[in-house]
Amino acid sequence: MTKDIIMAGFGGQGILMIGNLLALAAMEEGKNVTYMPSYGVEMRGGTANCTVIVSDEEIGAPIVMKPASLVIMNGPSLERFLPNMRPGGELVINSSLVDAGRVNRTDVRLFPVAADEIARDKIGSRQMASMIALGAYVAISGVVRIETLVNCLPKVVSKKYEKLIPMNVNALKEGSALAGIHA
Amino acid sequence: MTTSAACAVKRILAKGNEAVCHGAIAAGCRFYYGYPITPQNDIPEYMAAQMPKIGGSFLQAESEVATINMMLGTASTGTRVMTSSSGPGISLMQEGLSFMVGSQLPAVIVNIARSGPGLGGIAPSQGDYFQATKVAGHGDAHLICLAPHSVQEMYSLTMLAFDLADKYRNPVMILGDAIIGQMKEPYEPTPYTSVVPEKPWALTGAAGRAARSVKSMFLKEGEIEAHNWKLLEKFRKIREEEVRFERYMIEGAKFLIVAFGTVARVAKTSIQWARSEGIPVGMLRPISLFPFPEEQVREAIEGVEKVLVAEMNTGQMVEDVQKSTPHHDKIRFFGKPCAMPTPDEILAQIRLIAGVKQ
Amino acid sequence: MKNAAGKDMFSKLVYERPKTLLDRRLHYCPGCHHGTIHKIIAETIDELGQRENTVGIAPVGCAVLLYDYMDLDILEAPHGRAPALATGIRRALPDRVVFTYQGDGDLASIGMSEIIHAANRGENITVVFVNNTTYGMTGGQMAPTTMLGQKTTTSPYGRDFRTEGYPIRMAELLAGLEGVAYSARVTVSSPAHIRKAKEAVRKGFEMQLKGMRMGLSIIEILSTCPTNWGMKPLDAQKRVLGEMADYFPLGVFKEKKQADFE
Repeated sequence: MTKDIIMAGFGGQGILMIGNLLALAAMEEGKNVTYMPSYGVEMRGGTANCTVIVSDEEIGAPIVMKPASLVIMNGPSLERFLPNMRPGGELVINSSLVDAGRVNRTDVRLFPVAADEIARDKIGSRQMASMIALGAYVAISGVVRIETLVNCLPKVVSKKYEKLIPMNVNALKEGSALAGIHA
Repeated sequence: MTTSAACAVKRILAKGNEAVCHGAIAAGCRFYYGYPITPQNDIPEYMAAQMPKIGGSFLQAESEVATINMMLGTASTGTRVMTSSSGPGISLMQEGLSFMVGSQLPAVIVNIARSGPGLGGIAPSQGDYFQATKVAGHGDAHLICLAPHSVQEMYSLTMLAFDLADKYRNPVMILGDAIIGQMKEPYEPTPYTSVVPEKPWALTGAAGRAARSVKSMFLKEGEIEAHNWKLLEKFRKIREEEVRFERYMIEGAKFLIVAFGTVARVAKTSIQWARSEGIPVGMLRPISLFPFPEEQVREAIEGVEKVLVAEMNTGQMVEDVQKSTPHHDKIRFFGKPCAMPTPDEILAQIRLIAGVKQ
Repeated sequence: MKNAAGKDMFSKLVYERPKTLLDRRLHYCPGCHHGTIHKIIAETIDELGQRENTVGIAPVGCAVLLYDYMDLDILEAPHGRAPALATGIRRALPDRVVFTYQGDGDLASIGMSEIIHAANRGENITVVFVNNTTYGMTGGQMAPTTMLGQKTTTSPYGRDFRTEGYPIRMAELLAGLEGVAYSARVTVSSPAHIRKAKEAVRKGFEMQLKGMRMGLSIIEILSTCPTNWGMKPLDAQKRVLGEMADYFPLGVFKEKKQADFE
């Protein structure tokens, strides 16, 4: 089985962090995985995206032109990545910032998650929005287990933010529960 | 690549640029000099943080010219030393590299290549192939050049680079690019087991022995010619003993791809897709670019109908492929300067050489 | 009178070749100062007991054959890069004495960046800078230290400040950097000047010995090039002490004391 996903949003939304976390969890589960961030000049524009590929086989190209799934955290990213998305894949959007009405495709499985609002109202910090989206995506796709993500959190959260780990765990679980409702 | 169940060593998730540092440190490298340039800055930043912790020395030089000469100084003491840079920086090092080859000094230079010419851009590129493989600065000088295509190889080929540098007393280049440097994937940090050779030429102060000199100038009648023949003999031995390559799905292949580094990595996906369409295609991937696997390429081309040479440049390695075989009519070149080709693009090229309608 | 080994015997030893200096015929021109400067360095290294603890760096230029004349470990540098090489050696071998030997084209032109930054980092190395206002080995071209009006093969009408700028005073320039422990300008054009030069070279080397790691030391030595100047050796000495010393004043421009660091 091979799963590929592009995650995209504003810089500062934690896009690269959730990509890293997913890659780490995939490795811990014994899978092959590649993680490719946007870098350099591209990063200066205020947008961030990364590609994660998880597979039981050797992985060739670390980037994909036509992603199977998307986690989209802001409007511009939807416009950029949706047109090339493969039919049938999972599309998680942060409906707090992305108008679900702008998803002009009916051949993908859309999961709107009001990530910013839930993060602010239920988790206690808007910073947790991307973790909620990741929790939702993982629950929907089954690419890794939520517990593995939780176990890997201490390895991607820097010492400075260690005290925020429980909040991250709550966000992952909240996202995953939301996905349960959708399913 | 194996899954973790089969691994003897616990895998680490790391960027290619970090894996280079891990490999260097594992191989005992404690001296790093460098100068900032995108897209390799993770390497000096990592080394700046690590070196003081492990009794090593990190120094940000005032330029790449100074960098390579600091390396020359450290290498002359018989101490392992590394730098990393990209395009313009590697160009500035050419004089020093030639001096290192002439003075027979070991060192490891990592080129996380960017696009050129000139300031070019920071997009990945294989446009430095000629520079890395044909000549090191002026004179009849060569680098040994290794081209990793995975984070695992960024680690293991860096360790190997130090061994080859010491074994042949010659600088070794790791030729990567922005993709292989920035991507993360799990790798096995296998322990370093080589024995570092004695260095009876190193400058340490002439205590209790005759004084030594390390130099590349030879003025006496016939001396420089003899030195050149001696170096040539060394390069001949390198060509004989240090060829490294990978054969990928080459069994029963009627079509062959020759590609290295990131492009080879992408081509693996294209080959899987082509095979699923019933096109019998495989790949010969040079891992050592100098020495180039001429014999293996020649042999692989004998058995196939068509060959696709794919590179992230306008056609450089293709000349070495042509040199390896008389069957120039079989060779088709696909180049994409300064951008990573997509698996679809390479697949389209495979279909083309296979005569499959698109 | 000879002893059993066939050597001449004297009642009192008045002169002995320094151990660091090899018994070889020098290739330098008559009236050139390299030989005297080599000897001063060799004597200093002997006196400080550092022969087996020193790595020297030979420049590009007439003195590239330093390794043929000194019984030391010596590394040959690309043009101008000696201070970078010295940095690399000194960091790998922090307990060794490291010195560079550089001419004016080498240090003040192509290697300006390397010397400034090595000095600014306070590398514990000694730089012997031989300033003879010209490129000797390549045939007498204009150097950054060439005097105004001086004719060279690339300033055939004389150096003109309007097109070629001014002769650069390196000892003063480097003295202005925090990382420099010692900076002096000397000459070897008379026995008295040789004694002073020796004193300066010795101070320069002492700066990097144990307990006194205070930074880079530079000894600029005003020197001759009779061949390229088209002068007789004696006239060349007069030029050094006259015109050159007028523009490049002799003296000590900086000397850090151990107390500065305590």
